[in-house]
Amino acid sequence: MPEQPLTPVANENAAPRRHIAWPDSLYAGAAWLAAASVLIVIGAILFVLIQGALPALHKFGLGFISSDQWNPVTENFGARIPIYGTLVTSLLAMLIAVPVSFGIALFITELCPRWLKRPIGIAVELLAAIPSIIYGMWGLFVFAPLFADHVQPWITEHFGDLPIVGVMFSGPPLGIGLFTASLILAIMVIPFISAIMRDVFEATPRVLKESAYGLGSTTWEVVRHVVLPYTKVGVIGGVMVGLGRALGETMAVTFVIGNAHELSNSLFMPGNTISSTLANEFTEAVSPIYTSSLISLGLILFLISFIVLAVARVLLMRLQINEGHST
Amino acid sequence: MTQGIRLTMKESVIPFNLGNLEHADNAQSRTQESDVPTQGTEEVPSKITLRGLNFHYGKSQALFDVNLDIPENQVTAFIGPSGCGKSTLLRCFNRIYALYPRHRASGEIILDGENILARGIDLNLLRARVGMVFQSPTPFPMSIYDNIAYGVRLYERLSRASMDRRVTWALKKAALWNEIKDKLHHSGTALSGGQQQRLCIARAIAIKPEVLLLDEPASALDPISTLKIEKLIDELKRDYTIVIVTHNMQQAARVSDYTAFMYLGKLIEFGATRLLFTNPGEKQTEDYITGRYG
Amino acid sequence: MAIDLYLYRKRRLLNLVSLTLSMLATLFGLLWLAWLLWTLVSQGIQYVNWDLFTQATPPPGETGGLSNAITGSLILIALGVAIGAPVGIFAGTYLSEFGRDTRFAAVVRFISDVLLSSIIIGVFVYEVVVIHMGHFSAYAGGLALALIVLPIVLRTTEDMLRLVPDRMREAAAALGAPRWKVIVSIVYRAARSGILTGILLAVARVSGETAPLLFTALNNQFSSTHLNEPIANLPVVIFQFAMSPYDDWQHLAWAGALLITAGILLLNIIVRVFLPEPERQR
Repeated sequence: MPEQPLTPVANENAAPRRHIAWPDSLYAGAAWLAAASVLIVIGAILFVLIQGALPALHKFGLGFISSDQWNPVTENFGARIPIYGTLVTSLLAMLIAVPVSFGIALFITELCPRWLKRPIGIAVELLAAIPSIIYGMWGLFVFAPLFADHVQPWITEHFGDLPIVGVMFSGPPLGIGLFTASLILAIMVIPFISAIMRDVFEATPRVLKESAYGLGSTTWEVVRHVVLPYTKVGVIGGVMVGLGRALGETMAVTFVIGNAHELSNSLFMPGNTISSTLANEFTEAVSPIYTSSLISLGLILFLISFIVLAVARVLLMRLQINEGHST
Repeated sequence: MTQGIRLTMKESVIPFNLGNLEHADNAQSRTQESDVPTQGTEEVPSKITLRGLNFHYGKSQALFDVNLDIPENQVTAFIGPSGCGKSTLLRCFNRIYALYPRHRASGEIILDGENILARGIDLNLLRARVGMVFQSPTPFPMSIYDNIAYGVRLYERLSRASMDRRVTWALKKAALWNEIKDKLHHSGTALSGGQQQRLCIARAIAIKPEVLLLDEPASALDPISTLKIEKLIDELKRDYTIVIVTHNMQQAARVSDYTAFMYLGKLIEFGATRLLFTNPGEKQTEDYITGRYG
Repeated sequence: MAIDLYLYRKRRLLNLVSLTLSMLATLFGLLWLAWLLWTLVSQGIQYVNWDLFTQATPPPGETGGLSNAITGSLILIALGVAIGAPVGIFAGTYLSEFGRDTRFAAVVRFISDVLLSSIIIGVFVYEVVVIHMGHFSAYAGGLALALIVLPIVLRTTEDMLRLVPDRMREAAAALGAPRWKVIVSIVYRAARSGILTGILLAVARVSGETAPLLFTALNNQFSSTHLNEPIANLPVVIFQFAMSPYDDWQHLAWAGALLITAGILLLNIIVRVFLPEPERQR
């Protein structure tokens, strides 16, 4: 094929014209609006929650937070038990989930033979895909009876008498309760945390890892001294996401926590979380002050997760600054 | 805008480097000889003229009062140690820096009589006229054919047949046709590094720009691919004004007609490549090309 | 070079221990998956039959199926994605392409992480839509699901767009493509499987959401496709039936649980088999 003569087509409309920017502006505007809608929604949620919570907060004052009362008949409400349940189950869940997730991410990125990578990655992500209501059913009908019959008596027998910590493992073997809820929460957040950790580990530049291996480092040392420092921001981000999910998780907890407005030091006793209280009682609340108290709980959950994330963000920023100093 | 090549680096050096005044005069007289261009014509028209160009990344200044004339249909090379501003300078010619909010150029860059730094310049049309090839290959995630056709479709409505011809033409021009003619509809990302880079060159020339900017186009490539790219540059200069940034002085010597030496954001010396390499006018240039630093 | 073999052995031992632990952690994770799936199959498979798809939810003691719940769930999911995904994609585009390092983007990013708590979204939509309309409705349920879809799609979109290297944008811009064109034809294209993955994962996520639907779409004994009325949906039906004392209902709950999980897992597997991993260029 003959070469075309090189008469630059662009030359015909050569002089750069006045900039016609409206498609760009339109697109950027639409994108901005979409992003702003997130803020509008959160603002609206906050407004609605505060407005709904006002009657209860007006009646009970700040004592609402510390009161362990929850009595629809006398219309006396307090948030202490659900707050306690929410925090304990989430923290315990993180205690279990973070090391396991780290192990899974480490296995997938560093150890796993190539052909097994995808299947295992997919399997772990499937764990995340299973709806929480399924976890709840499984926990209540399958796990709890087994746990009550075979594991709980053994733990209570061996650890129940220990000083200080013993009380955490005492009580009748019900199967359901704070611990079961925590364990199920942990299983539910493992895939989220491990998926994020895996992704950030894999984003570590190959050259960086290779140069550490080149110095004779073991796999663990490469992960500990190269991959982790390089990815710590992402790792914390993953843990954060897991915690956020654990705090707000509703259905699985509602099935297995026992839904009892009782304050107990034992992890094996039934309890309640903010979200399970809402799920159980919100549509059944008849009196305005009852509804308002429930919305107050929602507001508290909102604020707790907000504070957790804010603290995590501050931590992240500090880490980034430290990184800047040390290098 | 047609004028003789004014070897303007002295204007840029003097205000900052008065101590070199005498030296500069020497250089001035010497560079007059270099006005005899390689083609033997006294006057080579200039395609792009830079006047008092400054560049800032946020608060830090990266280019200082650069004045330069890029001759038409010649290969001009920018050399200098890492961080000297040669890539930054190149990125001014198509204002690709404007993608980033805190990057800012001031002064004048005159392309065919028009200041492209002026307000109201249509950056997209500018970039259609001034093509660019980047340091590492950037094939788009689409077929080889669509990679080439992408830019063409932005500004021209071609029939299927003439688009085919254009794609073929660009691939032949980029010396890639023979290697990939049977897999035009395969993914562009599956090619080897050298092929990808030639694909990017083909993509850039397919829209028939007037100026071609090459930012270290061969730095990520093996010697054979590099050789192919260099041959290609030699071919292309008949039709295009080419500006190439390279950290490889041998490459600059091989492919360019004119060379600009930059150091610490300033243009130190500009002249015909042959002369600049054999008889540098500035001490810094000499130090650099003899390998004393950089 | 003097090699301290003692030190070396210690390092190797530490390596071995940590790697073994990581393998055990993986087994630990997979164990639950296997157990869950086994439970679902063994409890639910016997009740999966044709009636499940053709008959509506029965009163206690009678036979029936889940057809109304299945249709209702599909409608709710479609509503949620139709509202939530476009907004999420645009918002993610803003964060990645236009306002990447702005304070505004940082705030939006932060807020979208807070939005994850689905029960609060249920309360919100109840207060805003259900109270004002005076009744539960499919619209309310769809809106609640959309608010869950939005942050998921937003974050995946932003992450996937950011994986597209800047030099790709530069290369397209250098050909003279205007910004919106660079985004639509190059950036989206390079990230399309990632964005699609985000949407499908959002679908998978909301198809099992129960908590927000309890307060919004509620449930409906009958087959209804009216968007302005309460609508039956799998998760709420499963919840109510599982917690009920009737065997028939519990059986339907297990069948529904198997169905919903199979659907979600199938969706996940389709995503992973047919959509290649997003192209990550280094």
